[in-house]
Amino acid sequence: MGIETEYGVSVPGQPNTNQMLASSLVVNSYANRTSAPGSRARWDFEEESPLRDARGFELPREPAVDPSAPANEDDLGLANVILTNGARLYVDHAHPEFSAPEVTNPRDAVLWDKAGERVMAEAARRALTVPGTRPVHLYKNNTDNKGVSYGCHENYLMARSTPFGEIVRHLTPFFVSRQVMCGAGRVGLGVDSREAGFQISQRADFFEVEVGLETTLKRPIINTRDEPHADPEKYRRLHVIIGDANMSEVATYLKAGTTSLVLAMIEDGWFSVDLSVDGPVAALRAVSHDPSLKHLVSLRDGRRMTAVQLQMEYYEQARKYVENRFGADVDPQTADVLARWESVLGRLEVDPMSCARELDWVAKLSILEGYRGRDGLAWDSPRLELVDLQYHDVRPEKGLYNRLVERGRFERILGEDEVTRAITEPPEDTRAFFRGRCLALYPQQVAAASWDSVIFDIGRDSLQRVPTLEPLRGTKAHVGELLERCATAADLVDALAGR
Amino acid sequence: MATRDSGGGQQHTNRREDEADEVQAESTDASDLKERHEKLSEDVDSLLDEIDDVLEENAEEFVKGYVQKGGE
Repeated sequence: MGIETEYGVSVPGQPNTNQMLASSLVVNSYANRTSAPGSRARWDFEEESPLRDARGFELPREPAVDPSAPANEDDLGLANVILTNGARLYVDHAHPEFSAPEVTNPRDAVLWDKAGERVMAEAARRALTVPGTRPVHLYKNNTDNKGVSYGCHENYLMARSTPFGEIVRHLTPFFVSRQVMCGAGRVGLGVDSREAGFQISQRADFFEVEVGLETTLKRPIINTRDEPHADPEKYRRLHVIIGDANMSEVATYLKAGTTSLVLAMIEDGWFSVDLSVDGPVAALRAVSHDPSLKHLVSLRDGRRMTAVQLQMEYYEQARKYVENRFGADVDPQTADVLARWESVLGRLEVDPMSCARELDWVAKLSILEGYRGRDGLAWDSPRLELVDLQYHDVRPEKGLYNRLVERGRFERILGEDEVTRAITEPPEDTRAFFRGRCLALYPQQVAAASWDSVIFDIGRDSLQRVPTLEPLRGTKAHVGELLERCATAADLVDALAGR
Repeated sequence: MATRDSGGGQQHTNRREDEADEVQAESTDASDLKERHEKLSEDVDSLLDEIDDVLEENAEEFVKGYVQKGGE
């Protein structure tokens, strides 16, 4: 699995800033200072664009703007790099995006997602040292409250054999309701905040249909984009676009952990109940618009229940599933996800504010209610909108979430030392290890890389492409020793080719 | 299959009622809840003081200037 996050970008005092330029400045500032001069590996679009199929390996030796790359990817000179932790840092449309490396478990998803926040904060700091630039602010949120939304997408690798209809059936009600745990909170109702008020989710108002391929118009609850970046016969990629970008580690952990469990149950054909809801798009919004958590969702089977109760139904299914399949051999992380899931739901049912140290929307709401109480502010007060925005500021000294953490007011899952390591080091148990370590060990010889390949330029007639189509190969266990043994990329390529 | 489903549903209904009772029992213990909320609001007061110090100036202009282009 993996999480990709687009960050909001602004240059205060310059509302007419070219956001692509600002995003590009941020990404390039990070890339230029991180790697040795002239060693920036470019992104390989080979598997991503049909335009590139006939290109072969005749890549230019110097990274350059490639005219056949998709137009939105090569804006402003390919601000598009691979980091030594296996992540991709680039400009997507008009936002800097951190696509975290592939991981095998929810805790690691949280770890590299958090590392992404640190990368963005550092990138903005470095951009500031470019003469003549004004400070660029970056926000890990999902809307400008003026009609525009940008995404935080989760990706889950699934067995190709899983019927898509089953995914839609069981995942839709889950997505309608999981926001009670994973919502990031938002001041304003409607895509452009037409109405004053607070809602649970940043994204809910931007969803219009149940299933579809789009991500920017007519957004669907279930997205059908399916580039697995792996063997398509074996795998599909479930591209989840409905989630909010979370600051809270517990929220991200629950988001990735509970969704993985539900997907495992779908793959395994475990569900014996159908929790389909009537009008899921309207239900999604209605749940988001009711932070009291009292709204009743209508199920197709005639039952009516709150979103928390609907989540409890999924929890019960998952608990039984894990008990049935693993019994006492359950791994500690799965057991922990289940325990936290149950605990958070139980407390949301009784007193949502008791989750203020764990969940973003609750923490944000408690600050906002504090301001409303103390200063008598109405929901349309710009100060409340500012609190909403600044909660997501990635700077440690300015971001309100970061201030809460600093003051011990927010529960953490991670230690900051491991987050610091994850800024430069890849996960050890996926192909991201091979990608990241190659970048670290042979920066001058990696000409390009992508999710499913690393391309070396070792001064031979043609570039050497090493495919990494299997996400669980290229791990430390597979190639750690080999990489240690190979002093140069040429040694590595020869060893891989059995020469 | 159908029997199993409806059986499960029945159990669920019972369990929900039990839970509702528990919830009620808990919320009638009002003094406890009030105490917790008072402690929470004290916390919030000191928190607001901290936040006041870091909030950007001129909130209205700041949020008005935060305009994004579409992404994804």
